[in-house]
Amino acid sequence: MKYAMLIYPKPGSHDGLGEDEATALTAEYMALRADTRCIGGAHLQPGDMATTIRHGDDRNLITDGPFADAKEVLGGYFVLEAADLDTALEFAQRIPAVRLGGAVEIRPLVDVPMEAAH
Amino acid sequence: MLASLVGLLGDIDFAEEAAQEAFAIAAERWPRDGTPGDPVAWLVATGRNRAIDRLRRQRTLQDKTQLLTDAQPMPTSDDLDLDDSTISDERLELIFACCHPALAVEAQVALTLRALGGLTTEEIARAFLVADETMKRRLSRAKAKIKVTAIPFAVPADHQLPGRLAAVLAVVYLIFNQSYPDRGELADEALALGRLLADQMADEPEVWGLLALMLLNDSRRLARVVDGELIPLAEQDRSRHDHAQIQQGRAALERALALRPDAGPYVLQAAIASLQAEQDIDWDQVALLYERLEGMTGSPVVTLNRAVAIAEAGMPQRALEVIDTLDLGEYRYLPSTRAELLRRVGRSDEARAAFEHALRLSTTDAERRLISRRLAGLSR
Repeated sequence: MKYAMLIYPKPGSHDGLGEDEATALTAEYMALRADTRCIGGAHLQPGDMATTIRHGDDRNLITDGPFADAKEVLGGYFVLEAADLDTALEFAQRIPAVRLGGAVEIRPLVDVPMEAAH
Repeated sequence: MLASLVGLLGDIDFAEEAAQEAFAIAAERWPRDGTPGDPVAWLVATGRNRAIDRLRRQRTLQDKTQLLTDAQPMPTSDDLDLDDSTISDERLELIFACCHPALAVEAQVALTLRALGGLTTEEIARAFLVADETMKRRLSRAKAKIKVTAIPFAVPADHQLPGRLAAVLAVVYLIFNQSYPDRGELADEALALGRLLADQMADEPEVWGLLALMLLNDSRRLARVVDGELIPLAEQDRSRHDHAQIQQGRAALERALALRPDAGPYVLQAAIASLQAEQDIDWDQVALLYERLEGMTGSPVVTLNRAVAIAEAGMPQRALEVIDTLDLGEYRYLPSTRAELLRRVGRSDEARAAFEHALRLSTTDAERRLISRRLAGLSR
């Protein structure tokens, strides 16, 4: 089973980190990514770098900023191959964003059969 | 076993029903034929055969759950010395899946009753005062989540166990509390679950504490409601208390205390229930135990109970002072308790107002009648 771990850092939780602390934090994320069960992942640029596109009446609307009007913005994700939800939860609990006051949403991926994927 | 059946049948819903049937058959056959060499394999085979039978017959599964209720492989209530059995082992895995924190608490409760208690969806809906359709949706959503997100059918690893066990105990206690005042069948389900846990997790003091608490409180079931009327503890006919069950409760409490002398919240509540089962209740001691529980839980409901104990110990004025510090919103037992205390200190007008407030908040006819009797008593 593949699980997406959608990481929502607490807004501002990375502000004011010293260089050493920032390096240590990055290393922590890299270590999780290096786990052989971790088959994907990305660190997204901040929400104010986002551009959102929506369907409009006569043409698509392109706007500045993230889709949801929420304080918390998706900051990145991992994709983990795990036997069951408990294993996935254990991995998710080691994601630093949790410790720093943010949250991680765990969603299983829809299993796409190989024929359909090609 | 359920996990293996899910593998074979690929459908949690269906596998669960088949497993229940296999348990029912085992309960019926094993005493007659003796336990098979490999009970799990036997149960899986039986469950699969049954499932195939079922597919052939295209019958509804509804009526079969009744089988399990009638022939549950649960020990009888008169012995606490339970024997190990593979069946209970698998049921333990099932309860940890049903009470997984990834499911909403209402769903945990409903699933546990459905999968382990053998209650029908309609019965669960009635017990929790929701429409059948609502309960059906709640259950199927929870089952879908177990399946889609691969919630495991397993006893959690040691480092996860304390938190996960607390969730299981909370669900069992919720079911037990939902039995008040007149849904005895839920108390029976909760007690059976409590025994299952005590059997399978015999080293966990809080498991014994919860079982003790439920046994002791349930021992008053017949005295608490007589002809549909609620009878307060002080007015109960003690000959209607189940004294054998009180002994069982105390044995379970002793077991908990032997495992760990510094009591957790369930053990503390069981100790209080044990004191309250005495002919002459030591209310000072009860108040003291509530104080410890208060420190542990920080719950205003516990404070309310401590106030009752203080009043029973002969200090209604002091009890009122404690109660007047509480912020419990519209918690219905706050005005009724306050009213009773006001009555005792002779503040009848305020007592009447508080009883009337309690009457507006009460949720069952039996409660309303008890409060009305108190109100009538005031006018005399």
